[in-house]
Amino acid sequence: MLGTIFLLALRSIRRHMLRSLLTMLGIVIGVGAVVSMVTLGKATTAAVTQQIAALGTNILQVRPGQGFGRGGGGPSPRDFDPSDIVAIRQQVGGVMAVAPQASSSGTAIYEGANWSTTINGTTSDYFKIQPWPLQEGRLFNEDEESAGKSVCIIGSTVSTNLFRNADPIGKRFRIGDVSCDVIGLLTTKGQAGFGGDQDDIVIMPIKTVQRRFLGSTSIRTILVGVDDDYSSEQVQQTLTRLLRERRHVTEGKDDDFNIFDTKQISDTLTQTTTMLTQIVAAVAAISLVVGGIGIMNIMLVSVTERTREIGIRLAIGAVANEVLLQFLVEAVVLSCLGGVIGLLLAQVVVGIATPLMDLPWIFDPAVNLGAFAVSAAIGVIFGYFPAQRAASLNPIDALRHE
Amino acid sequence: MTGTEPERSPIISLRGITKVFGTGATAFRALKGVDLDIAAGDFVAVMGPSGSGKSTMMNILGCLDVSTSGEFLFHGHHVESLDRDQRALLRRRYLGFVFQGFNLLARTSALENVELPLLYRGDPKQDRRKEAMAALDKVGLADWAGHTPGELSGGQQQRVAIARAIVTNPEVLLADEPTGNLDSQRSVEIMEFLSALNRDSGITVLMVTHEPDMAEYARRIVHFKDGLIDRIEQGNGAHTGAHTGAGVTG
Repeated sequence: MLGTIFLLALRSIRRHMLRSLLTMLGIVIGVGAVVSMVTLGKATTAAVTQQIAALGTNILQVRPGQGFGRGGGGPSPRDFDPSDIVAIRQQVGGVMAVAPQASSSGTAIYEGANWSTTINGTTSDYFKIQPWPLQEGRLFNEDEESAGKSVCIIGSTVSTNLFRNADPIGKRFRIGDVSCDVIGLLTTKGQAGFGGDQDDIVIMPIKTVQRRFLGSTSIRTILVGVDDDYSSEQVQQTLTRLLRERRHVTEGKDDDFNIFDTKQISDTLTQTTTMLTQIVAAVAAISLVVGGIGIMNIMLVSVTERTREIGIRLAIGAVANEVLLQFLVEAVVLSCLGGVIGLLLAQVVVGIATPLMDLPWIFDPAVNLGAFAVSAAIGVIFGYFPAQRAASLNPIDALRHE
Repeated sequence: MTGTEPERSPIISLRGITKVFGTGATAFRALKGVDLDIAAGDFVAVMGPSGSGKSTMMNILGCLDVSTSGEFLFHGHHVESLDRDQRALLRRRYLGFVFQGFNLLARTSALENVELPLLYRGDPKQDRRKEAMAALDKVGLADWAGHTPGELSGGQQQRVAIARAIVTNPEVLLADEPTGNLDSQRSVEIMEFLSALNRDSGITVLMVTHEPDMAEYARRIVHFKDGLIDRIEQGNGAHTGAHTGAGVTG
């Protein structure tokens, strides 16, 4: 019997093509909006997570001062010194590696080409904490680090601007007042999540930078790599206690340094994008409900308009349930068809939007299936009332209906 | 009044049928106690002025409506005790309907219209097509199977409607002013077709009409007046067929 009902419903939809299309439109837009919004939201989350991961996970970044500034008023908090690095290495558990950082900037010159860039002084540990493979060449050796030799590892942007297409390894260029040998070339990392070209960099041993550019042994930033087996919160606590002690911060006073946990930032950002996605999806879901009401509306009009047809069906022997099912199936077929078209529409929207928004392309089966299931459910829920009404018509009145 | 042959058990038997619309002071008694027997193979025309109860009568006979009181036996079974769906199944199995306004599904081919009762009966697709085509062939419209009602003349539409009514081989065909919307030539064609159907296939035909010419095709003409049967006449149809009309009691 169900096969017959389906046939009847499909014939009826085909007979009223334009009306059927208009009925579906609400669901098409609703499903399309929900799926494309949620998918784009997920793509954004994925992109953010990816960019955070590029910063390195499980890294604590320690700087003097509170927040991102140096804090207002009072004497500015002092920088760290090499003894702090040793202390952290020795006294904080769960630390995989500690890399001091001192930065400067300068203009690099090579055979008439010049390029203004950032200089980052650090140690080989930096590469343990923040994996950044070399395209060719090698890292600093211990001798170069302890002696503060003029060797450098350069980013791909610097290499391109200074050496064009030539192999930079072994070349000597000038940066500021220093002549420097290129020992390594880094792989291209691309744009950073928060602007800026990560490949526009020259990395030297920290001692070289301190001595030749800064003229002091102060350290602006310490990167602490947390062992995977330890929680970053725990390490952060121990680290805070140690630094407060070493920097003589009395009880009850605020830290005069800050620790920036990339994992925390990543969690926060993921939470934020997820929440935004949910809000947008909720708005889109409202349009889906409106689409359902549209179906009910048109089905009700359709029942009134087709009263005589219902009368004919009843007269020639359709039982009430058959009429009910026919109208219900019509509603469900319309809403499911609308759902499928909406899903296709969403794929088109996502396909166009992701390259424009520089997001990864994503297909989430759960979201698509879920939206389809909802559209089917809407057909049942909003189709039932009109179908019930059609089935309860009196055949004589229905036949007399003009 | 009795028929020309001995009594057989009637296919339809009405006893004291009344129908009241509304309640209280506004109540209208459309039927005031009708007794009527109809034998298989009869051709009965129902006539009467509007408001005489003939349409109400037809609705009850067609199991589309139920009486307020009285007995309605169909093949000896009490129809008045059947529920809505049981009456629908009875219509599906035993009755065929032809209406004044044709009542075909718009934008639907003649074939699909004729197929409709078979669909509800649950026939497989092959049989459906074959039987629907056979019915269309009977009414002389086999070549018009693919046309929608909008593309057919009134007479053709009514013939499609008849094909739809007879496709299930019903025992009783109920026709409500089947020629009401047709010119006289088409009317004659339809009436001749109906009486041929009655004569050759033995289908019992019940027809409401207000045209005496059309009523003459019937074997018996039942006149209604003020909710009661006023008188029963013999029609010309009584002389042409081999079948017989049954007597009326009461």
